[in-house]
Amino acid sequence: MMDLENLTIESAHKGMLKKEFTCTELVQAYLDKIRKENKEINDFLEITEKLALEQAKKIDNKIERGEKIEGLEGIPIAIKDNILVDGYKCTAGSKILENYKATYDATVIKRLKDAGAIIIGKTNLDEFAMGSSTENSAYGVVKNPIDKTRVPGGSSGGSAAAVVANHCLGAIGSDTGGSVRQPASFCGIVGYKPSYGMVSRYGLIAMSSSLDQIGTFAKTIEDAKLIFDVIKGKDEMDSTIIDQKTLLRQGFGGQAKLQNLRIGVPKEYFAEGINPKVKEKIQKAIDVFKSTGAEIKEISLPLTDYALAVYYIIMPAEVSANLARFDGIKYGFAVRNKKQETRLDSARQARNNLLDSYLKTRAQGFGDEPRRRIILGTYVLSAGYRDAYYNKAQKVRALIKKEFDEAFKSVDVILTPTAPTPAFKIGDKKDPLSMYLSDIYTTPASLAGLPAISVPCGEVNNMPIGLQIIGPQFYDEFIFEIAQIFGQLSK
Amino acid sequence: MISKEQIEHIAKLARIELTEKEEEKFANDLSSILDYIDKLNKVDTENIKPIQQITGLESVVRKDEVKNPSTSLGASKILDQAPNKQGNYFKVPKILE
Repeated sequence: MMDLENLTIESAHKGMLKKEFTCTELVQAYLDKIRKENKEINDFLEITEKLALEQAKKIDNKIERGEKIEGLEGIPIAIKDNILVDGYKCTAGSKILENYKATYDATVIKRLKDAGAIIIGKTNLDEFAMGSSTENSAYGVVKNPIDKTRVPGGSSGGSAAAVVANHCLGAIGSDTGGSVRQPASFCGIVGYKPSYGMVSRYGLIAMSSSLDQIGTFAKTIEDAKLIFDVIKGKDEMDSTIIDQKTLLRQGFGGQAKLQNLRIGVPKEYFAEGINPKVKEKIQKAIDVFKSTGAEIKEISLPLTDYALAVYYIIMPAEVSANLARFDGIKYGFAVRNKKQETRLDSARQARNNLLDSYLKTRAQGFGDEPRRRIILGTYVLSAGYRDAYYNKAQKVRALIKKEFDEAFKSVDVILTPTAPTPAFKIGDKKDPLSMYLSDIYTTPASLAGLPAISVPCGEVNNMPIGLQIIGPQFYDEFIFEIAQIFGQLSK
Repeated sequence: MISKEQIEHIAKLARIELTEKEEEKFANDLSSILDYIDKLNKVDTENIKPIQQITGLESVVRKDEVKNPSTSLGASKILDQAPNKQGNYFKVPKILE
């Protein structure tokens, strides 16, 4: 019997090598567990069983022939349902894409398949990745497997829940303002958002293009890094990917020494709004570093207070542009008046019919949150308001980036809480603004394009919380090293 | 504050039909979000250039050539997704007499 509870990517890899179980047995064990528990947790929208078992068979044949297998070969990975897997439905958690079938593989999927990873299913999410609790999906609320009366966080709540429920060994999510890190914190697992420009977004359904990055979930830091190493890097289908040979900082090659490390703790992340018990736990995590000789510096990032306001201009503006493509013509859900298909009375009426089809398709296809953000975005970009809102926000964003750059001259890494509270109860946050505030600690790094990782650092009232490690732009390898050191120290 | 009339106008620009009740709800939601956003006016941005690309990359281009015809998706696969089609075409509402 396989011990899924304690299995990691590394140990599953060893298990297959030592022939303790076959890849097919491993995949079957996960499929059985998902089938049993998905009704309640609702983390999966579709189980890609056929694809998974086909892939598993290939790996088993390879092992049988005595061929070498790499780290991700035969490892079941779950995919957020806003990332395209050829031939399978991709709904983005929205009714408007209820029947949409992906016509190609996203770059990250192609790379996972090439690396031999098993795509086990598509996970539930807030509609179009808009939300912080995964209560906004057109396909029902996702429950936190640790306490089913609570949310798993969002928007990648299905992916985070799938990892902690042992429905897979790792998962892919997308993080625009915290959508990987915050659910990782709420579910007690590792969640990593790369620097902007590290992972191709080709085949990710766009939400806010200047912020969207695909990130990874796993039970351990090593596992999250293993998946990242497979999906990262240059892709001619996404022109924002940086040339990593020249830009990617290499960290210390596994030799990071805490004695020389300067750690910044920004006081703005511990001000009003934070749960005092969360504050205490984060303080304890920082003390772990301190006890080994790292230098802890209190720093100030005064613009932190404005990050969420900047985010709620730039993101909806880009949402309103990106979601304009859902018009009921090329794909997806459509409302059409019978009469439009037949005879028409006049050109004016014909135009009105087309307009009516757009209005009704988008009214019925989109849920509340996408509609709210499209309307907000359209407003901040409309004639007379663009300068006051959008351009102002892009200027403050430039200042936020500069503030981080300045801070990183005197510290190597910044530590903060990932979220101000542990997972909240389902149905607790009814007004949009209070929901938005749960991303208050994750949006600054997104706006500045910085790498950030959430690692588990204890519990508050029996619910996990996360420590966020933010590094300078493109120091992705480095923050993994720091996270690993923390992981070992806090064992 | 944002009025119900403004919401009605903006929603039409965004091609989303709202009921009267929804107009009211969205006017309320957006007003409180805009109130929150207004705090940006406290930040001095005189002579600051707005961010265009966070990584500093500019005008990334490639040669305009077909690279891999075998990976091109093919019309039928894409047309299969259309709510309305006829032959090799998307079928759209008629807009001319």
